[in-house]
Amino acid sequence: MIKQLAGSLRQYRKNTVLTPIFVTVEVIMEVVIPLLMSRLIDYGITARNMNYVVGMGCALLVCAVLSLAAGVIAGHHSAFASAGFAANLRRDMYHRVQDFSFSNIDKYSTSSIITRLTTDVTNLQNAFMMIIRMASRSPLMLIFSLAASFSIDTRLSLIFLAMIPVLGFGLWFIISKVHPIFMRVFKTYDRLNNIVQENLRGIRVVKSFVREDYEIKKFAGVSEVIYDDFSKGEKINAFNMPLMQLCTYACMLLISWFGAKAIVASGGNPIGGLSTGELMSLITYTMSILISLMMLSMVFIMITISRASAERVVEVLNEESDLKNPPAPVTAVPDGSIGFENVCFTYSSLADKPVLTGIDLKIGSGETVGILGGTGSSKTSLVQLIPRLYDATAGRVTVGGVDVRDYDIETLRDSVAMVLQKNELFSGTIKENLRWGNPSASDEELVRVCRLAQADGFIQEFPDKYDTYIEQGGTNVSGGQKQRLCIARALLKKPKILILDDSTSAVDTGTEALIRRAFLAELPETTKIIIAQRISSVQDADKIIVLDDGLVSATGTHDTLLETSQIYREVYESQMKGGKVNE
Amino acid sequence: MNNEKKNPPVRRMPSGPGNPGVPGAMGGKVRKATVKRLFSYMFQYKLHFIAVVVCIIASAATGAVSSLFLQKLIDGYITPLLMASAPDYSGLVRIILLMAGIYLVGVVATLLYNRLMAVISQGVLKKIRDDMFARMQALPIRYFDTHSHGDVMSHYTNDTDALRQMISQAIPQIFSSVITLVSVFFAMLYISVWLTLFVIAYIFVMKKVISVIAGRSRGHFVRQQEALGDLNGYIEEMINGQKVVKVFCHEEKAKEIFDGKNKELEMNARLANRYANILMPILISLGYVLYVVLAIAGALMDIGHVPNLSLTGTGALTLGMIASFLQLSRNFSGPIGQVSQQLNAIIMAMAGAERIFKLMDEEPEQDSGYVTLVNVRREGDALVETAARTELWAWKHPHTDGTLTYTELKGEVRFYDVDFGYEENKRVLHNISLFAKPGQKVAFVGATGAGKTTITNLINRYYDIADGKIRYDDININKIRKSDLRRSLGIVLQDVNLFTGTVMDNIRYGRLDATDEECIAAAKLANADGFIRMLPKGYQTVLSGDGSGLSQGQRQLISIARAAVADPPVMILDEATSSIDTRTEAHVQRGMDSLMKGRTVFVIAHRLSTVQNANVIMVLEHGEIIERGTHEALIAEKGKYYQLYTGVFELE
Repeated sequence: MIKQLAGSLRQYRKNTVLTPIFVTVEVIMEVVIPLLMSRLIDYGITARNMNYVVGMGCALLVCAVLSLAAGVIAGHHSAFASAGFAANLRRDMYHRVQDFSFSNIDKYSTSSIITRLTTDVTNLQNAFMMIIRMASRSPLMLIFSLAASFSIDTRLSLIFLAMIPVLGFGLWFIISKVHPIFMRVFKTYDRLNNIVQENLRGIRVVKSFVREDYEIKKFAGVSEVIYDDFSKGEKINAFNMPLMQLCTYACMLLISWFGAKAIVASGGNPIGGLSTGELMSLITYTMSILISLMMLSMVFIMITISRASAERVVEVLNEESDLKNPPAPVTAVPDGSIGFENVCFTYSSLADKPVLTGIDLKIGSGETVGILGGTGSSKTSLVQLIPRLYDATAGRVTVGGVDVRDYDIETLRDSVAMVLQKNELFSGTIKENLRWGNPSASDEELVRVCRLAQADGFIQEFPDKYDTYIEQGGTNVSGGQKQRLCIARALLKKPKILILDDSTSAVDTGTEALIRRAFLAELPETTKIIIAQRISSVQDADKIIVLDDGLVSATGTHDTLLETSQIYREVYESQMKGGKVNE
Repeated sequence: MNNEKKNPPVRRMPSGPGNPGVPGAMGGKVRKATVKRLFSYMFQYKLHFIAVVVCIIASAATGAVSSLFLQKLIDGYITPLLMASAPDYSGLVRIILLMAGIYLVGVVATLLYNRLMAVISQGVLKKIRDDMFARMQALPIRYFDTHSHGDVMSHYTNDTDALRQMISQAIPQIFSSVITLVSVFFAMLYISVWLTLFVIAYIFVMKKVISVIAGRSRGHFVRQQEALGDLNGYIEEMINGQKVVKVFCHEEKAKEIFDGKNKELEMNARLANRYANILMPILISLGYVLYVVLAIAGALMDIGHVPNLSLTGTGALTLGMIASFLQLSRNFSGPIGQVSQQLNAIIMAMAGAERIFKLMDEEPEQDSGYVTLVNVRREGDALVETAARTELWAWKHPHTDGTLTYTELKGEVRFYDVDFGYEENKRVLHNISLFAKPGQKVAFVGATGAGKTTITNLINRYYDIADGKIRYDDININKIRKSDLRRSLGIVLQDVNLFTGTVMDNIRYGRLDATDEECIAAAKLANADGFIRMLPKGYQTVLSGDGSGLSQGQRQLISIARAAVADPPVMILDEATSSIDTRTEAHVQRGMDSLMKGRTVFVIAHRLSTVQNANVIMVLEHGEIIERGTHEALIAEKGKYYQLYTGVFELE
């Protein structure tokens, strides 16, 4: 996992390495400085040697400047390294997601991909910066400070050695108690956010059933759990500081006691035994040692917290797209004919029942084909195999007589335009949105396809016409307008095959009829596949396919199906009900 | 499911007022009102809070005493002992034991305030969270229609998180730092006023440095947050539309734009962090400089026998005093660094608090209704209110003269010349008059945007009308308490929203005290029983993610069952069966018919087959009713309805 993440360092490897190096310099200075300080007191102030004080003071200033320089450089590099690392991670992940197939996308929920790209990366960035700065600093500080204090007085330094396990054990104990609690808290947070999200989306339901109080109570319940757990965790965490203080104070008192005795014993002579200045240095080191232990424990916590994020990021990075271009791809689609040869399909190998079974179909180039079937009869699954959004589990799907798996994916998808059931417009002008279909399309071209899709009329009514800004998700146009824009966008590709997956459900029947008529007149070469709920949408098609539970139940024209297919007849009658009375 | 899924960028910091403008001391333009309000939350824990203050003072004082202890140790004990021929350690033992006692108090105080702070901070956060949610529930639908969900969500996540950091870490940290600084400062004065003057000069330098660096850092910091919001917004939009991206082979373009925004964020993040990172080394080095300056000054005073001035009077500056002072100076730079590190956290939290309070201060749904819905029982001709659940409901109407009248709940709805617009001068509905007798089925037909849904939004008062009158059982609906009005209305919407929980829970949402049998009966009525029993755990199957495992049609069936359980006298079906294929709908129809029987029903449907048996069909165009009548009458009229109707079967 670490190796995988480190792969995203790339051009920032240099910054990453330089940071701990300069931190090391900084640490060395931080250890040297108290040593110099003790000398300044012992040989300068105590001895009333002014020259020594000034000399040592200058040395100290030089050290301070060095430490400053090292600190600033380290800070600079660590900022570059961590910002760069995060940017690379985001880029790698995003690019990977772009290569995802539909089934890869299905595997992750949209919101989970977003969280990984945002929150998780931010967590990793913070942890990374912490690690490259602290992970070198704390152990070095610990070692150097210990070494320095041993050089001053071996026996007194043993006090530290005795204290380290006490503090270490204490910290470990606290972390091991707190960690599971916080993990639980984060899970509960998800639940809380889920409630908020559901309430935001379903506020009309909440209000219409007058369930405000019920929801408030539900929220407060989860909120209470968070309160309980969180305060419990924080209360345990509250032992951190006092434990640290306890150890520091104990060290100081012990050192004072033994130090005082040692000084008296040696007669205050810094050469032979312990001096006043040295005693002060030892106390300074006490702080350094204990603080670095504290820091180490923080790094440790940081790593465990960010581990979850790291796992989630690596999961995306390791996700292999299950749709790959063939080695020698076909780069031209000859015509718009489609064939299904004994096709079976399942979304996941774990599903026990295939979504499509034994599909055999032949669709000629330029034909109009209607697909009809009840909710859950796999209409969408069937057409998604044509632009190879998914691969058939068994059998063969061909376009223009060539297996779709032999095409270059981009070539295939450019020739097969599909208007998805759940379609999206993106923030930007209408023009920009349309040009997704063809970036180099001229303005006249845009107007032409919009006329075909019956979108030109309402676009002209907007004050800014084709430059009207579409809000994110297309919230400022109606459902029917959105669908027509999506159709126009697909038409711009000049596709050989056009698939409309229930794409006119929000368009009124009159307009829909106009669209169909325009298609017939203007796109005679294009194979048109129309999934619809309304019989009227498909009844003039060359061929209608009736799907039932993943099987082709019947094919034929409107008239033959009325005779042969019971399902078709039932659908027809359900929509004709009442109509017949008048005819 | 069309426009519900908007998750716009999660902005960590708004660029509005209250944002850091002036760098330096305590975060520039933090609004006083926000701070005050935040503290009012904390003061609910008054006793806790006082205890925390006391404990922090004790803890910080211990730290300061500890520095003085060193002076006492050297001057009072070590030096005399060095002189003494037969060292007597009993004094030393006593002071060390005394110190041990003081330290112990300090440690206990630290522990106490940390634990108390945990209670305070979590309590405050819980209160804020709960308040925010309760306030949110009271907001009018308009708020939810005009605010992106992602933005509201971020109040519960980012903003509350920032607050947590501030309350549980920054505030005690700063408080304790300030107290440490003050006590160290007095300890310094206690030793030597002259030397303290150097410290004061040093504080000014430090302040200047911090304000310069923090100022630069903050500019980048704000830009970093903006870039982050921009990038996150782009990510959300693109990932939400990822399948469209694939279908249009738009991947390369999407990568290109992403890379640009990503680079922008990286540049700003890098600069913001760089300034933040170099602040500490600078402060530390400045601390060393102070140390050296003090050492030289102290030595000069000592050598030159400059009389010392301290809080306790004048005298000689002893060796222990200098040592102690030097030690104190080291205790001085630490807290300043800590405070400056917390500034960003505070500014973020304040921005967050402001956003949260803004949500809380949104105008809640106004309800001046005083007519309530009560259970009644019939006694002769009169209706008598009763606490028991009867099948008979009545509007309890108090009048200004003190009398009470009870009007039976029948479900009659009338519109008189109603005008309405979502925006001030953009009328959506003009002059709508309609009359729905109890038990009638009224259908609305018309193109998208003609105002069908708007009419139903007015009946249950999601929005209030601009002009005209709506009467319910001959009572002006403005006089009816909203909750009672809505209880008497059942609504099934095109966009179904289910809640996390079992299928049974979701159906019971319609009436919380419904028994399992009643819920199942409702499901049977809606023709949902069949597929529910096919689910892995039947009615106990847990739905999550808005019922993501179910098809849109199945979700609609559950929402119909949910409305059926509520058993209201008036029902609004807004495209309730649009995602159910017509064949299944034909099967559901029987259930729907029995569901509608005896109720006033408003139906909005695309499929004209769904509305043909309505008592009256209203054809809407541009917010006006252009035709009304029964199916037969409208067909005979050969108007718009006729066109729509024949449009469906135009090729026959």
